[in-house]
Order: sequence, then C-alpha cells, then structure tokens
Amino acid sequence: MDVKAKLLEGNKRAAARIITWIESGDPRGYECLKDLYAHAGHAYVIGITGPPGAGKSTLTDQLVKRIRKTGKKVSIIAVDPTSPFTGGAILGDRIRMNDLTSDAGVFIRSMGARGYLGGISEATAPAIKVLDIMGSDVIIVETVGVGQSEIDIVKHADTTVMVTVPGLGDDIQTIKAGIMEIGDVFVVNKADRDGAKRTVLELEAMLDFNGESPWRPPVLQAIAQQGKGIEVLIEAIEKHEQFLRESGVFEAHRRRNIKSEILELIKKAVMIRVNDHSETEQMLDAYVDQIAAHEQNPFTAAEQIMAHIQFK
Amino acid sequence: MERPIRVLVAKPGLDGHDRGAKVIARALRDAGMEVIYTGLRQTPEQIANAAIQEDVDCVAMSILSGAHNTLLPKVVHLLKEEGADDILVIGGGVIPDEDIPGLKEEGIQAVFTPGTPTQVTVDFIKSHVTPRA
Repeated sequence: MDVKAKLLEGNKRAAARIITWIESGDPRGYECLKDLYAHAGHAYVIGITGPPGAGKSTLTDQLVKRIRKTGKKVSIIAVDPTSPFTGGAILGDRIRMNDLTSDAGVFIRSMGARGYLGGISEATAPAIKVLDIMGSDVIIVETVGVGQSEIDIVKHADTTVMVTVPGLGDDIQTIKAGIMEIGDVFVVNKADRDGAKRTVLELEAMLDFNGESPWRPPVLQAIAQQGKGIEVLIEAIEKHEQFLRESGVFEAHRRRNIKSEILELIKKAVMIRVNDHSETEQMLDAYVDQIAAHEQNPFTAAEQIMAHIQFK
Repeated sequence: MERPIRVLVAKPGLDGHDRGAKVIARALRDAGMEVIYTGLRQTPEQIANAAIQEDVDCVAMSILSGAHNTLLPKVVHLLKEEGADDILVIGGGVIPDEDIPGLKEEGIQAVFTPGTPTQVTVDFIKSHVTPRA
C-alpha cells in the first residue's frame, strides 16, 4: 500500500515520512499534498507562542491531556531553534510531553527552524496539512521561544495563544508592535510568581488601547506545571472558535492564509529559479566587483539580474 | 537541500543520570544533526513511538541502571514490529563488557562505554545510518 493511502488511514509512520520529505525539499512531499489536499481543512489549529521558558511546552502538554478526554485526536508540531553555525539542533519540547508519547491518539513532531526566522519553520505550514489529512481533530503548533517580531504563526493558526510570564519588562513592552498584537488569548503563566497581577493589568491596559474590536482577547492566569488555569484556557479557545465561525472571520482568515501560502510558494520558486540560473553566480560576482569599485549599486544590480532571468 | 541526520536521544529505565545523554546530545548537535531529546525515564514503548513520529535515522539510548539487557533489545523489537528496523539503534552508559556481544546480537549496533570520545559516536552514526531512497 502506498504512503498516501496510509496517510488517509491515519498511519503515523506515513505522516512522519511525508513531513521529512517536505522538510528536506524532497519533491515526493509536495506530490502527496497535491493529491490529498482536498482532504485537509477539518482540523482546528491552535498556535502557542511566547518567550523562551514561558512554559509553552508544559502548557501544551496540559492542554492536550484535557482535550484528549473529549476523545479528539491531537497532533503537535513543536519548533525549536536550529544552530546558525552547524545546522544542528536540540529539540527538547518532548521532555515536557512524556505522558503524551504513550497515547495512541496523539502525534508529536519536533522541528528545527532551519534558518527560518518567523518563529516556525518553512515546513510547518505544509506539515499542518499532512497532520490534518491524517485525521487530526486539533493541531497545536508550538513556536520557538520568540522575541518581539516572530509572528508567522498567525498565518497558520485559527487561534493564537500568547503565553507570557511575570517580570519580563515594564508596560512599554506591551505597547510595542509585533508579538503582543497577535494573541487571540493571552496567558500569564507561572502566575504564582510575584508581579503576575501587574502583568495581567498591563496586558489588559494594552488591549484597552486597541479600542472597539469584535473580539477582545481575554487575559488569563495559569500555573501550567500544576495544571491550574487549563480549563479556563480551553473555554477561552472554544469561545474564540465560536466567535470566528459565527462572525465569518474563520472563512476570511482561511482565505487570507491560502493567499499568503501561494505567495510564499511563489517567493520560494523565484529564489530557486534565480539560484538555478546558470549565469546568476557570474553576474553576481561581476556586480560585486563593480559595486566594490564604486561603479555600480546593489539596487540597479538586482534590477538587471531580475531582468535577465526568464520567468515563464 | 541536504537533510540533517535526525537522532532520538533517550534515557530508558529508572536511573536519573542524564549528564552523559546531554553531552552526547550537544556533540551531535555540534556535528550538524537534529537531536530530539526526550528526557528521563522513558519506557521502550515511548522511545519506539517517538522514534517513529520523529522519523529519526538513529535511536541513541543512555542507560546506567543496569537494565540494559532488557530495555535496549525491547526497543529494537518494537521498532521491528512497526516495520522501522532500518533505524540505527545504539547504546551507551555503564554497560559491562561481557554484556556487549549479547546486545549486538539483539540488534544494538554499537555500545559506547564511559571514556569514549564523543567524536567516535558522531563518526559511527554518520557512517552507519541507513541511506534513504
């Protein structure tokens, strides 16, 4: 039986192998997705993001245990950073998810970011589709520990949960652009620590500034390690899903995501075409010489190289 | 695009000493591999499940509890049951010399005892993982 039929049956080994193909640029990965794409779209995708050490993995572990009680099948994609020097990585998110490894209704895949800077990896979006086709009801994507601007998760998640902890900085941090703007639900984890209330208030104040919007993100407290605050978090996610579906935003988001997915693929294809073009390297070297000699500039160089490459 | 070798570093059994496993994990990372580190006290079933979901090329187990003759072969058998016997399985830790031939017969392809330079393990993995079609 071939790998596509196995994936449709929910075979984990098939899913794992197809994800590896996608990650490594093996064309068989996209071939599978092309044929099976119509089977995707059933799973609800939850993004878990936040700074390193905020408790994303522990929270994910707790969240999945509760969701599993409802019988839903859950898949997790956990992304950790890749070394920019060696290309190696230590993917350690499974450490917090030990019990889940024995649960037949759970699939966990760790991914190295492999040079991709958006907080996930390039293969994360297609891997979500693979796990969707496999029959997952819920897919949780845990991003790398993020700083301030890694926000790609919103392009692929229906609900984004922003996890933070007390004491990361004053309230000016909360009004900066970027990561603080993307939460549909905020969780202040490790809420037994000093300053938790203050962090909640600062987040609430930031959200007040946003003015009238049809969805006001709730700010919750949790102590993930003790399993506290998880029920409330699940309720908040469900409420957000209900809001998305009733308001029509769900459909609009998914359409927007499809568009950005196509654009991403085009960008990638353009770069491959540029790199593969036989004369690119030669032209680049020539322009570098000219620019170094102050006879040319990079803007003109880029325009001329682009004009030279045929895009059929 | 070159595919990095993926290795599951696991601690089967009940001992809580993971210093060695962490040193190996770091060495493999520095050799450009993707290391999935699963932490302490893993059952053979958990290790086999994780190896399949992570689609690894190699399972490296560190064990200091003395239960190696039971636990390491169990992982090999479970992988075989799943049709994943192309995964390279190696072991390390405090394992008496006289147990090593038996473990190799059971499909643990190498056993690295204390004092082995990490580079030896790195080189072994690089030269013994099954190339993929």
